[in-house]
Amino acid sequence: MKKEFASASAALEGLLFDGMTIASGGFGLCGIPELLIEAIKNAGTKNLTIASNNAGVDGFGLGVLLATRQVKKMISSYVGENAEFMRQYLSGELELEFTPQGTLAERLRAGGAGIPGFYTKTGVGTVIAEGKEHKDFNGQTYILERGIVADLSIVKAWKADPSGNLVFRKTARNFNPPAATAGKICVAEVEEIVPLGSLDPDTIHLPGIYVHRLIKGPHEKRIENRTTRKKETL
Amino acid sequence: MADAIKGWDRNQIAERAALELRDGTYVNLGIGIPTLVSNYIPKGVNVTLQSENGMLGMGPFPFEGDEDPDLINAGKQTITELPQTAYFDSAQSFAMIRGGKIAMAILGAMEVSEAGDLANWMIPGKLVKGMGGAMDLVAGVGRVVVVMDHTSKHGESKVLRECSLPLTGKAVVNRIITNLGVLDVVAGGLKIVELAEGVSEADLRAATEARIVG
Repeated sequence: MKKEFASASAALEGLLFDGMTIASGGFGLCGIPELLIEAIKNAGTKNLTIASNNAGVDGFGLGVLLATRQVKKMISSYVGENAEFMRQYLSGELELEFTPQGTLAERLRAGGAGIPGFYTKTGVGTVIAEGKEHKDFNGQTYILERGIVADLSIVKAWKADPSGNLVFRKTARNFNPPAATAGKICVAEVEEIVPLGSLDPDTIHLPGIYVHRLIKGPHEKRIENRTTRKKETL
Repeated sequence: MADAIKGWDRNQIAERAALELRDGTYVNLGIGIPTLVSNYIPKGVNVTLQSENGMLGMGPFPFEGDEDPDLINAGKQTITELPQTAYFDSAQSFAMIRGGKIAMAILGAMEVSEAGDLANWMIPGKLVKGMGGAMDLVAGVGRVVVVMDHTSKHGESKVLRECSLPLTGKAVVNRIITNLGVLDVVAGGLKIVELAEGVSEADLRAATEARIVG
């Protein structure tokens, strides 16, 4: 079956439904599936639960789904860059399940790897541990965290081949591989689809078994926090 | 508090914290003053900086025009790579943090307690931003050094018997570096290791709510 689709909307055809859970890759605005997010906005799918480290910014990334009130709940570790998010959360319109960043990454990885739960030291003695099973191993206390299995994963990679093998670029890899594996179906958007055989099999970051549908950019790739240094004058 | 004792400024705190770095180790620096520590790494000390969004071997900010949207640190700032740089995904990143492979984290704090409890992620009822990777870091790394102002703008101690804010981790801090000096978390309270320039032991004790022992 052909994995390549002509557009983000075409790639999402038949996959979206109200109340669904979506796992999204990206860290801040780096490596986010910006085209698929836009297509979900246009589809108008509602009551979404989204597992994503961050919630975008006002007007870009997942921020666009917050603005249209399509999100019921976020599972995130850091949401500090989004005023609309804060407003909806503080007024009780939006649910938020704060999950430590490493716990979120492992919950996605575990969900995709058929592991329903795991014990971690992270969050022991904090509000994160409240209501969770505690267990001691070798004199240390751990808490039980659950794997996440999503109805759909949306991810962004650098290159793909037609079989869905993915290669990421620099720190834009971040949550994309664990998010991709956590979905029952994964749609990936990439900057370039290269011919079969042109990716070195030893350098593939995510095998195509995890990737069901593919689309190609262009991407805006917005920079959230541009920092530079001056060239030293000799 | 008209005559508040100042001690070290932000850069001097960072410079003092840089003396904690050990040659040949992997280190994670938090956002804020901790980020400044990388400007003061002592000569002859070779450390590899981890950025929890998926990078070992973090380089300096890029020159203007060289910014790459695919290359950022945990504070979402554009950065550069080094010859030893390696990239990986977030699950792998926190596997090395949780797995104890990172020797030290230098982190900011809103409050710290005499038992080594750390609060740095949330002020209830005010802005709620999230813990990011801080809870994973304090639970997993070998040694946690906290850099912070000793008192609030209103002169209240932030080095407390018990934290009032929601915790990031319980009994996780090893050393506290503030504008007034350096304290270690030991049995029964905090031990003064060093005083900042122009700060007396009496000044430090007066600004500290936590018990000082030894």
